[in-house]
Amino acid sequence: MLELRKDIFADERDDNLKEIGKGTQRQDMLGHVTGTSTYFDDHKLQGMLHLKVLRSPHAHARLRRIDTMEAERSPGVRRIIRGADVPRNLNTLLSLINFGKDDEPSLAVDKVRYKGEPIVAIVADSPREAFEAMAKLRVDYEPLPAVFDVEEALKPSAPVVNETYPKNTFVYHDVYDHQKLRFGDVERGFAEADHVLEQRYQMSPIEHAPTETNGSIAAPDTNGRYVVYTSTQALFFSLDTCAKILDVPSNTFHFIGGTVGGGFGGKVDTLTEPLAILGAMLTGRPVRYQLGREEEMQFGSPRGAERIYIKDGVMRDGRIVARKIRAYFDSGAYTRLSSYAVVKCVAHLPGPYTIPNVHGDVYCVFTNRTPATAMRGFGVTAMDFALECQMDKLAHLVGIDPMEFRILNAYRDGDMKAHRREAKNTALIECVQVAAEKAKWPLREEMKRMSSRKDGGGSRAAISPTPLEPVPQRAAVSQQRTTYDRAPAAIVQPPPPAPTPPPSPRPQAPSHGATRFSSVFGTRRR
Amino acid sequence: MAKHRGRGIASINYPIGMNLGGDPSQALVHSNPSGKFTVSLSSIDLGQGMKSVTRQICAETLGVPVEDVYVDTADSDTGPHCMGSFASRGTHRVGNAVMAAAKEARGVMMEAAAEELEVNAADLETDGRGNIHVKGAPHRSISTKDVAIAAQFKQGKTISGRGIFLVPLSEVNPETGEMSPATCYAHACLVAEVEVDDETGEVAMVRMDSAYELGRALNPRLVEQQLVGGAWMGISHALFETPEPYYPDPAHGPRDFVEYLMPGPGDICPHDIAVLERPAADGPFGAKGPGEMCANPVLPAVANAIFNAVGVRMDELPITPEKVLRAIKAQGGARPQARR
Repeated sequence: MLELRKDIFADERDDNLKEIGKGTQRQDMLGHVTGTSTYFDDHKLQGMLHLKVLRSPHAHARLRRIDTMEAERSPGVRRIIRGADVPRNLNTLLSLINFGKDDEPSLAVDKVRYKGEPIVAIVADSPREAFEAMAKLRVDYEPLPAVFDVEEALKPSAPVVNETYPKNTFVYHDVYDHQKLRFGDVERGFAEADHVLEQRYQMSPIEHAPTETNGSIAAPDTNGRYVVYTSTQALFFSLDTCAKILDVPSNTFHFIGGTVGGGFGGKVDTLTEPLAILGAMLTGRPVRYQLGREEEMQFGSPRGAERIYIKDGVMRDGRIVARKIRAYFDSGAYTRLSSYAVVKCVAHLPGPYTIPNVHGDVYCVFTNRTPATAMRGFGVTAMDFALECQMDKLAHLVGIDPMEFRILNAYRDGDMKAHRREAKNTALIECVQVAAEKAKWPLREEMKRMSSRKDGGGSRAAISPTPLEPVPQRAAVSQQRTTYDRAPAAIVQPPPPAPTPPPSPRPQAPSHGATRFSSVFGTRRR
Repeated sequence: MAKHRGRGIASINYPIGMNLGGDPSQALVHSNPSGKFTVSLSSIDLGQGMKSVTRQICAETLGVPVEDVYVDTADSDTGPHCMGSFASRGTHRVGNAVMAAAKEARGVMMEAAAEELEVNAADLETDGRGNIHVKGAPHRSISTKDVAIAAQFKQGKTISGRGIFLVPLSEVNPETGEMSPATCYAHACLVAEVEVDDETGEVAMVRMDSAYELGRALNPRLVEQQLVGGAWMGISHALFETPEPYYPDPAHGPRDFVEYLMPGPGDICPHDIAVLERPAADGPFGAKGPGEMCANPVLPAVANAIFNAVGVRMDELPITPEKVLRAIKAQGGARPQARR
């Protein structure tokens, strides 16, 4: 099945190593194959309560009234949590690296922006009692027009999904509604090309579908600390996100994780930890919050959809001379991590090929659907699908074998990439040659002799004159942060006296307790 | 009505680590008094084998057998900061941090051994089997266990090391997109062969042949696990999966694994893989990372193979039988292209 081609690039390696390169059995193999590895949900703690959330049945609606009275009296209910109970009920994940504005509440307060958005959390003795109480919650919704298509969302008449970004797009560099890539002059390239091909591609959302759904268990520890067992893919990212939302110093938490039942990017969002910890703070008991399968599949964030338009100019001899790309990332109702993927996508253009003229505009668009997040190949998978389908069409158009067409256009050591850095350590040509050999796909001798290490650089290292659009005036931050979600909810009944919780540690300082991962990051720098 | 076979290809590259850098990871390595080492991390093993590759990296760097190293992960009280397990950053970023920590610990271990053997540390080498000896004189040797005992109880030295790896954050030019996104890239090319039923629109995988370039296969069996599993996910993304089958219309979303389809054992196919190793200048032992990119080439290769088989271009994912059948009908029937 797997063959190591040690003969290729052998002169660049020292293969005289003792442990590296060996197929040593995994350290955790025995536990995994005997079913004894410990996952977060294996911590069944004494007196553990269960948290469930009421989710919006509407894609976009104003919350007129939330009536918790009957649910409070439901058997087994220990605590009902509303948005007003969350110390900092507005966050954006990448605020930890100072990228983007807080735009997402833990519990919706006066508006829901996607079907499945959490509104009220119920902490009860058992999952069944939590669900029974949930059926007794009364929410009065005023449905609002919703938008689901990324290009519709950009029209001025479209409903505003998320008031933090009133144009339904993430804002780059304080001024643009997209990230640009400009390298050479594509219009001149198209004018010179023998053929021009423009195509549209679409990828639907994709679910991570982990065996273990997202979840966590939070429990009061001694000395005012909380221990949190979690399925997170990023321990400190989740810890600092919780410290910010719950407004406590980060050393309030002891996070334990490390064995995860499948992540694929779907366990970075810290979906369950803040409410599980808040539940533990408010009840003084261990609280477990794990998504059910339907919640994971429909309301746990998926890989976001992408729509991609590619226009290429190609010569009869197979050289691609211009590539223009416009792409829309469907972020859903909130930013999460899509803003980051857009920049990564721009960096990836125009694929692993040397093309003298490249133009890219990539947008992060808000729609009324489940917020998207990272997934395996984030920012790249859909673009690779589009680019490689396009490469096949171009090869067909000019009548060149698709393998040879890739070798012809492949980037090589010393070439200039569209993000204006020299290509190094490339190996695309060798991969095509070896795959052809494996598949018994005939390549001409001259194609077999090509190398990533030969014939790169020179004129291929040049940056063609690049026409730039006039730079717009940078308005003093055009979109102000909104306090929309911090407004108190319309509550009909004062909550009944809760069981006296232990005092949860709360610092007096208004700033959040999370340590930023870096003080040098900023929106302008990204 | 017939079944048609076709072949399609795709070639890709993939950046290693978080885009633009700025994503540090730390590691701590220390020895107990018996010369057994613990690597403390807060990184997460998602099943990809993070604990195992960092264990091998640590053992290789220290010059001790892999059995003498244990990797402890994901406890925020004991493990130093790590950005997280995503963006194909585990092997590259965490691996480098572990290597740096192990180098520092090895320095102390060699000094302690030098004191015991009454030689210069520069004249010593490890045999990778738990012994340290004078270069060219294997009989003047001491076990790592005896070194650890001496360091702890006699010399008062801690055989330990700290490591961090950080690719400094790059700026992005708002006007041109100029940036330094990544320090190294993995590469791949994949050939997919499919069989398309022009009566039902169903696409069956026949076989795949591929080549992946990963810098260094630190553990070839873990690499194989990633590449085989990743290709399965690629097939699944190409032909099966979405929580919104009629996107952008959100209706008819699946709620469980009865409604959300994925390839079963009968839907996969033989996959013949070659691994190439062009070491990255800043990778641990040259390693890049196979994690994310291995799924990517499958999607377009399958779409291109469908075109080769029946002459329709499938530009929307996933490529369900419904979409294939509609496209074949719109074209007025299958139009097989030249066999490859």
